Amino acid sequence: MDQFVINLIFVGASFALYVGIAIWARAGSTSDFYAAGRGVNPIVNGAATAADWMSAASFISMAGLIAFVGYGNSTFLMGWTGGYVLLAMLLAPYLRKFGRFTVPDFIGDRYYSQTARTLAIISLLVASITYVIGQMTGAGVAFSRFLEVDNTTGLLIAAAVVFAYSVLGGMKGITYTQLAQYCVLIVAYTIPAIFISLQLTGNPLPQLGLFATHTGSGQPLLQTLNEVLVELGFNDYTGNHGSTFNMVLFTLSLMIGTAGLPHVIIRFFTVPKVSDARKSAGWALVFIALLYTVAPAVGAMARLNIITTIFPNGVQETPLAFADKPDWMANWEQTGLLAFEDKNGDGFIQYYNDSNAPAFADELGWAGNEMVTFNRDILVLANPEIAQLPGWVIGLIAAGGLAAALSTAAGLLLAISSAISHDLIKSMLNPSISEKGELMAARISMGFAIALATYLGLNPPGFAAQTVALAFGLAASSLFPAIMMGIFSKKMNSTGAVAGMIVGLGSTVLYIFTYLGWFFIPGTNMLANTPDNWIFGISPLSFGAVGAALNFTAAFVVNKMTGDAPAEIQEMVEGIRVPKGAGGAVAH
Amino acid sequence: MSDKSRGAYWSANLRIISISLVIWALVSFGFAIILRPLLSGIPVGGTDLGFWFAQQGSILTFIVLIFNYTRYMNKLDHEFGVEE
Repeated sequence: MDQFVINLIFVGASFALYVGIAIWARAGSTSDFYAAGRGVNPIVNGAATAADWMSAASFISMAGLIAFVGYGNSTFLMGWTGGYVLLAMLLAPYLRKFGRFTVPDFIGDRYYSQTARTLAIISLLVASITYVIGQMTGAGVAFSRFLEVDNTTGLLIAAAVVFAYSVLGGMKGITYTQLAQYCVLIVAYTIPAIFISLQLTGNPLPQLGLFATHTGSGQPLLQTLNEVLVELGFNDYTGNHGSTFNMVLFTLSLMIGTAGLPHVIIRFFTVPKVSDARKSAGWALVFIALLYTVAPAVGAMARLNIITTIFPNGVQETPLAFADKPDWMANWEQTGLLAFEDKNGDGFIQYYNDSNAPAFADELGWAGNEMVTFNRDILVLANPEIAQLPGWVIGLIAAGGLAAALSTAAGLLLAISSAISHDLIKSMLNPSISEKGELMAARISMGFAIALATYLGLNPPGFAAQTVALAFGLAASSLFPAIMMGIFSKKMNSTGAVAGMIVGLGSTVLYIFTYLGWFFIPGTNMLANTPDNWIFGISPLSFGAVGAALNFTAAFVVNKMTGDAPAEIQEMVEGIRVPKGAGGAVAH
Repeated sequence: MSDKSRGAYWSANLRIISISLVIWALVSFGFAIILRPLLSGIPVGGTDLGFWFAQQGSILTFIVLIFNYTRYMNKLDHEFGVEE
């Protein structure tokens, strides 16, 4: 059967499943729409959270990020998982006890301040909108590669499907589609990984295969990888080649940012009890770890596979001839994400680090690295082809990549639309709106959010890649500290919290824009983005943790000067700290 | 619930959180990054223990920490009679 038809069947079947679930799980009330009626089983919520969290970036890009850097990019693995420990212990159970629908709801009520609520809405909208652009573009890429439609058509199909189940079902529809999407994406990710691990090490578990003996060389896989990389002039895979300080700070920023991202936090409003919120965070991490412990194995094995494909007889022997390129190389060359150039005209491919060329390169007449482009994002998508797996595995990867992008997009869109309909309209502009009116407003804002995300996906601002730093930076520096102090410091007053958010938000935005350009417009950065210019050597990507520290400091200093929060607020915080009496959904 | 038992419940919670976060930081920022040179003598499949913690061990520890916290808190909720 033609590969195109197989892909179409897999993607079509998964989409039919999502729409079917959407029709089954229609939302009848605002509680259904915002929090799935608070009736979601904690394990189901864990799987939905995992799908919500694992985006196109986790599914498509992460293994590639690790493959081309090695040890140094372990920061993503630890940062994007360690945040769940913070969520489980510092935020989720108490927010569930508080029993409202959104993050600005908590911040506005706890700090008895519309200013605090507004700051929370702004942080939430900026963080979520920047994040959703990447998901829509990711879905567009997956469509155009696997279904051979152009990018625009692909994006419009994706938008229509998300629209169907999120407008109809709200959080309820999204939860159960995310559960289905988790199953699709984890199967799609692990099947090729198991095959590749078997091929290279004979061990079916990629987590063990990564540290097992490489059957081709008879020594540990990572040792073989280190040796061939060093021989070709690259950094070794397992060594540390960056700044230890920035590695710590970047990991910490990702952890705090993960815990503070609103689309993740709102998932914990859907479970019935406080104890379920704790348990659910644990299950979410189990489901996430299934992919995150496989990803580093996929990265290392794919890197080794590429090198042995190009140098089948060892790096100093005759490499692969241009005429003998496998099909997957030719397929991906058409997308422009992979490119070769026969610089020395000998008809063979030489792949090495030409800025640190090995001594034998000159002797063998090598005239530069001939694999001139290798986009790290194609690693996971091309993996089944690299490992010569059957066509249905490729179809599965297509459905999995789309599931990852769509599930995250839906979660983000819900966070955006509830901030508009619940926080902006219901809590600030029109408190007397009826339940039915609010539900309609929620659906309209969802439609509006999808239209905006689709527009931005079709016309991606040039800075799309850098905005993720902004999303994590804002979540870490404004939302996380405000929520945490709201629970753990009952004396914190509104002036302190507002001052903290302004300082955290302001310093982070200022630091990122100083080095990456105002609103990411190229050429408007005031200082070159090089380690020499960074204050204390702090990379702008790692600044979120510093912004959070500044937020805490400013809040405590201002709180000391302006007196403690009123007694009834302190009493409310005491109530949030114990699980008893959480009960069902509480509208205002 | 009296103020006294409320205070005891909360400080027990803060204690388990503090212990958990010390371990959380030790396996990630410690073993996987800052203390990695100290662990370089312990080989694990072609590399060292620090690398294993960076790409596998820290994540597995995080899972254990959350479930341990959940179990402890459920017991605590029951002891203080504040479970739902």
